[in-house]
Formats: sequence, structure tokens, C-alpha cells
Amino acid sequence: MMEGLLNPQVFMVFKVVVVFIVVLTIVAIATWAERRGAAFIQDRVGPNRVALFGKIRILGLGQPLADGLKLFFKEDLFPLHVDRVLYTIAPIISFIPATMTFAAIPFGKPFVKNGTQYFLSILPPDTNIGVLYIFALAGMGVYGIIIGGWASNNKWSILGAMRASAQVISYELAMTLAVVGVILSTGSLRLDKIIEAQTGMWNIVPQILGAIVFFTAMFAETNRLPFDFAEGESEIIGYHTEYMSMKFSMFFLAEYANMITASGFFVVLYLGGWHFPYLDSTVAGSIIAFVIKLLFVLWTFIWIRWTLPRFRYDQLMRLGWKYLLPLSLINLVIVALFYAYGG
Amino acid sequence: MAIKKEVKLKFWDKIYLPAVIKGMGITISHFFKTLFTPPSKRYTIEYPDRRKEDIPEWYRGLHRLNTYPDGTLKCVACFCCATACPADAIYIEPEDLEDFDKEHPKEKAPKVFQIDLHRCIYCGFCEEACPKDAIVLTNHYEIVHTSREAGIIGIEELVKTKREGGE
Ligand code: SF4
Ligand code: SF4
Repeated sequence: MMEGLLNPQVFMVFKVVVVFIVVLTIVAIATWAERRGAAFIQDRVGPNRVALFGKIRILGLGQPLADGLKLFFKEDLFPLHVDRVLYTIAPIISFIPATMTFAAIPFGKPFVKNGTQYFLSILPPDTNIGVLYIFALAGMGVYGIIIGGWASNNKWSILGAMRASAQVISYELAMTLAVVGVILSTGSLRLDKIIEAQTGMWNIVPQILGAIVFFTAMFAETNRLPFDFAEGESEIIGYHTEYMSMKFSMFFLAEYANMITASGFFVVLYLGGWHFPYLDSTVAGSIIAFVIKLLFVLWTFIWIRWTLPRFRYDQLMRLGWKYLLPLSLINLVIVALFYAYGG
Repeated sequence: MAIKKEVKLKFWDKIYLPAVIKGMGITISHFFKTLFTPPSKRYTIEYPDRRKEDIPEWYRGLHRLNTYPDGTLKCVACFCCATACPADAIYIEPEDLEDFDKEHPKEKAPKVFQIDLHRCIYCGFCEEACPKDAIVLTNHYEIVHTSREAGIIGIEELVKTKREGGE
């Protein structure tokens, strides 16, 4: 029966639904893992009291559910002084690109059934622009932050938004140049080609410099500590001070969705995508390999957050322009020289 | 004014990465340490499920009015505690007694002795001030009331407070 249902259209819908559900589930689990992980790192216990039917505690896994419900049912006010239109669309501008970016990421090995090729990413891989698509949409997310900060009509929100925009100009160049190294060694912008080119050796080995630069920039891109100037929840006040209820949770979801996409992107670019010795011989195995790698990178997000203190934003600019940019250029030159004379 | 503090960084600190990795090692070791510690051995005591058992004797919790073995209050209504109390939590109404023939003769005794537990800051000054060792703070720390009135306790409750180590 399943064989009869397997045609490209059905498969497409199936993929979209499953990916959306899985990504949002990982978001929920990531918020839980973030809080439990933070607690354990600081020798605390963390949320563990939300219980199903008042009995089954399941390690506090119900917490994201409870938080979500709480945010959902909170009253949604407009503060008097805000710009209503921009104030409403800012979280949407943040949220939609965040959920869209994952579409380009191939999360498993393509397979052939009944003479048709099925590929495991929502966008067909022959839309040649995989890498550009991700960069373009990921770049959109910050507009949500800047607009949100502006529309709030609050000094501290605007300062948060200003830090976000200062941040953008300091990491994007280095990040893109690091990826150019990967594109150069692959010879294609297609993400499936990039993964294919990593059969045998993952990019992280020959392009370790680029990987470090990209990894660092990733934290700035997703607004995570040590570069979370836009938010700075503990002392410098951030762009979503005036937000509440679902609008706030959209920003919140967008941050975590961005983390997942960035982790997926890093896995594709540097950690060999769904490649893993022995595991990738089957389609299911390749998906598992991808998910495990993704979760690991996701965990390093949390891990680093509770290790490093926040940078000042001029420090990030210095880091971006004086260290990351030259490093990614060196990486690019090494790759270029290798392909000109060595390979 | 911003104070500039000169810190000499070594080469390995300047390139960040080794220091970052070292820091990550520290945090992950804490993570696994807590992960593999059974909840009963963690620092956090999850209160309603588990209670802290080893409250020290000198812990300043619920008050107690001491009595002699025959049941008479030790308090002589001297007002020392009420005077010493920084929170003005003690209210005493004395009455004259003429029981010099009893085993513990007193001229005065409190008719009303009330402590407002919601005002009290558990500083222990009353205990220090008392010349007769009549008022002490015990190590009971579960002091819960559902109304403000219930927090004002009189002699009957105060003499009933269990000693539990604290004297
Ligand atoms: S403990 Fe301090 S605040 Fe409380 S009744 Fe005694 S003196 Fe007053
Ligand atoms: S100081 Fe002691 S004896 Fe004097 S009134 Fe207070 S409790 Fe009674």
C-alpha cells in the first residue's frame, strides 16, 4: 500500500509536514535541554516538576509544553506608544525566514524508487542556489529584530536593535568568505553536491580555519551567547522588552529555529552532512547520522552559552574584522592554492 | 569613570581558542558530575519532597517560651525582649502576681504575650536580651500561615513549640 502512495507529490507533502513537526519538536526539546543543561552545568537541578496528570514527572519534559501554553494564553496588549503595524510584523519577519531556511538542508541520502529519484530535502537540490538561499533568508532574520526594536518606541529596545545591526556588519563578511572556501572546493552552490564532495573526508579536516570562523560567526548569526547583544537578557536590555504573549514567543521560536538551521548548515558544510562510516549505507541510517550530528552541534550552542561570558559589541567588531576576516581569507587562499597546484 | 585594568594575556590566551576549550572542559565536567549524582546527593534539596534534616541547633526559627518543670512560665514580663526587638514584634501585657510561697516566686508574669511572626525578622535579639532564658528561638523553620491573624501567636502556642535540639 505504501508503495502505491509513494509518488513525488505525496512525498513532498509528507516531507514538509514531517520536517515542520520535527523541527518544532526539536525547538521544544532544545529549550528544555537548554534549561536542564544550564542547571546541570551550574550544579543546579533545573525544571523538573511539571508532571503529566500531576503524577508522571518525566524529567520536566512537560516544561516546554507548559511554557508554550502559558505564552499562548497570555493577554496580548499593544503598549500605547508602539507603531502598531511594524510592531506586529516584526516577529513575523523573524519567524518566517527562521522556519523557511531549513527547507534547503538535505537531511538524508537521496534514494531511487520505481525509477524516480527521491531526495531528502524540502527544496529540490537542483535549485542551484542552496547556499545563497540560506544566506539570504538567514540575513532576513535580523530585520525582524531591528524593526521590532524600532517599533517598540523604547530607548532600550532601540539600543538592543542597534547592537544587532552593529553585529550584522561585523560577522557576515567573515562568515560568507569562510563558506566560499567550501564552495571553491566543491565547485557548486548545491548543498547535495557539497555533501557528496565530503565522501571520505569531511570538510572540517582540510578547512579547519574556515570551520572555526563559520562556527564563531554562527553564534553571532543566531544571536546566541557569547554574542547575544541584541537580547542580553541578564543586564543590557534587549529588543523585545515591549513584547509579550505570542509575539514574544515568535521571536523566541525564531531564535531556536535559527539555531537548528545553523547547526544543520554547519553539519552540511563541514561535518559531512549525512555521511557517517557504516551508518550511511541505508537511507534511515543516513537520516539518523544527520540528526545525531545536528543535535551535537545544537548541544555545543548550549554548552558554549554557559561557558563564555558575553562580549562587548565593539569586541565582536574587533574579533570579526581583525581576526575572523583575515582567518577566513587565509583559509580561502589555502584552498585556492591547493586546488590550483595540488589537486 | 571607567577603570582600566591592565591584564597581561599570554599568547595562548590571546588566540582565545585554547582558553575556550579549557572552559568548555570545565563546564562539561560539572554537567556530567551533576548528571551522575543521584538527586538525594545534590546540593539542591527539593523541599516538599525532602526536608533538610541537619538544621543546626543555633538556627533561628520559631520562638518558644520556656517553662519550669512544674509548668510555670519562666517569663517575668520584664519587657527586655520587647524593648530589644528591632521589628516591634512582641506585645506583652503584664499582670501582678503575689505568689512568693510557690516554688518559683514571681512578682509579675505576662497575661498576654504575643509574637507577630510576620513582623519578626528572626534576629534572636529577644533571646539575647532575656534575663531568665524564658524566650528562645528553636530550629523549626516551617512557619506557614494562611492569614495575617494566624501569624500572631500567644502563650498557648509558644509554650507548645517543640524543643527539637534547640534550647
Ligand atoms: S527574633 Fe528579633 S524580631 Fe523576632 S521577636 Fe525576637 S527580637 Fe523581635
Ligand atoms: S525578656 Fe524574657 S523574661 Fe523578660 S518579658 Fe521577655 S521573655 Fe519575659
